[in-house]
Amino acid sequence: MTGPAAMEEIARAHREEWARVVAGLARRFGDLDLAEDAAAEAFVAAVEVWPRVGVPPNPGGWLTTTATRKAIDRVRRESQRRGKHEAAHAFASQLMPENTDPESVGPIEDDRLRLVFTCCHPALAMEARVALTLRLLGGLTVAEIARAFLVQETTMAQRITRAKAKIKATRIPYRVPSRSDIGVRLAGVLTVVYLIFNEGYLAGTGDEPLRTDLSDEAIRLGRLLHTLLPEDGEVAGLLALMLLTDARRDARVSATGELVTLEEQDRRRWDRDRIAEGHALVRERLAAVAAGAPPPGRYQILAAINAVHTYAGSAQETDWSQIVTLYDRLVRLDPSPIVRLNRAVAVAELDGPQPALAEIDGLTEDLDSYHAFHAARADLLARLGRTAEARAAYDLAIGLTGNPAERAFLTRRREALASPR
Amino acid sequence: MPKYMLSVFGATDPGPYGPYPSKEAMLEAFADTGAFNEMLEREGYFVYADGLQPAVTATTVDGQGETPVITDGPYLETKEHLGGFWIIEAPDLDVALRLAAEGSKACRGTVEVRPFQTSESFEALLDS
Repeated sequence: MTGPAAMEEIARAHREEWARVVAGLARRFGDLDLAEDAAAEAFVAAVEVWPRVGVPPNPGGWLTTTATRKAIDRVRRESQRRGKHEAAHAFASQLMPENTDPESVGPIEDDRLRLVFTCCHPALAMEARVALTLRLLGGLTVAEIARAFLVQETTMAQRITRAKAKIKATRIPYRVPSRSDIGVRLAGVLTVVYLIFNEGYLAGTGDEPLRTDLSDEAIRLGRLLHTLLPEDGEVAGLLALMLLTDARRDARVSATGELVTLEEQDRRRWDRDRIAEGHALVRERLAAVAAGAPPPGRYQILAAINAVHTYAGSAQETDWSQIVTLYDRLVRLDPSPIVRLNRAVAVAELDGPQPALAEIDGLTEDLDSYHAFHAARADLLARLGRTAEARAAYDLAIGLTGNPAERAFLTRRREALASPR
Repeated sequence: MPKYMLSVFGATDPGPYGPYPSKEAMLEAFADTGAFNEMLEREGYFVYADGLQPAVTATTVDGQGETPVITDGPYLETKEHLGGFWIIEAPDLDVALRLAAEGSKACRGTVEVRPFQTSESFEALLDS
């Protein structure tokens, strides 16, 4: 395999092997900078060599070996620069001992899992966690990450450099947290992945393909986590949630760039493969919980809600009572105003707009500056024929949303209200 | 082993019982902090710990000019200042953060965790 086929193979290897190569080097050399640079050099070498002499039989092994050699070369050069006396010492200090502390050994020994927990460490700012995760685990270039988050490349480069410097200076450990900590720490990791997903999904107006790529990247990270922690319900739940949400990506924005609600979406445009994969994960979790796994957390419940929506052939066929039941469970876990708002929207479908409006009005104090609150209120008021109030609520919602697709949708809804008598 | 400084901040000019609402509360916090210090010593983390007089007692000196300039008061004008600190030895940040959380609970204050320079970080500084 040479030429263009080799280039395709390199792209595939980059997707599948990058995180493994970086994570292995990070453990061996105890230095994320070195790991990142050496991995990047190995891929550059692949681009030079593979099209010429062919793809090696074990591309991942070739990349790891090449990257390790590059890293050792770099450490040697560094040592020589510092003088022969310190060379041996410097080299030794770069090599981390194998992790043998039984306390710190987590459920799984994959280096990539250690890298996940280092990149998503709570001592790092959220934006640094996101950037590091995309660079070191996702293999995106600094330029790609900068474009996706609409910041200057130098700003993003600095963000990543600072985060790596903090990891080194403060000794953020390179290991899977102990059993007593892993729950909280894993929840933090899932937050990072879901944030990356939403960054892409909510921006997804079609004219910003680089941002929507973030959704694909988050799904890829979700798959990786699910491979590393197949037994964890919330990991599976998040992956299912992202798949079932992303399946509707193409249908949720119209040709004119306007947001299309779930109710109005053309369900033939939904991605059936993603839905099938998401449904399978949700069924797997239902079976696991029935067999004694811990009760579902937030992501599993949200995935189940999305499974009910995507199971229905049309909006009218949606099993709203099941959705309200699931929201009740979610409210018990997370009684935040936004969750209660979403529950009220489901209540409107089951019991009608009047009881839903009563619930929503109780949230005014908490959600007065949230556009979706006013949009939901406007819709219920319109259904109750309270047109003037509905118009005022749409105005508030339009003024508060920053998303053009959403603004276009809300404006059309407002225009569709009967004119005041 | 890496060293970390755990700093506790308090009001510039605190009330009669420092940051505590009453004498009882103050004595309880002292007892808990004492127990925390003993644990640090017992488990081998302890290097040094102490509390400072209120920041209103501070004097700022700038000796970079020909004659030193002496100013009454702390260097930074903020509402809260360093009130006390621990210096600990810990294998990594996760351990330091766990200890900081325990210390924070014991002394009833927010704790900032910062690593000390190491020989490697100093070398890197010289190389740069």
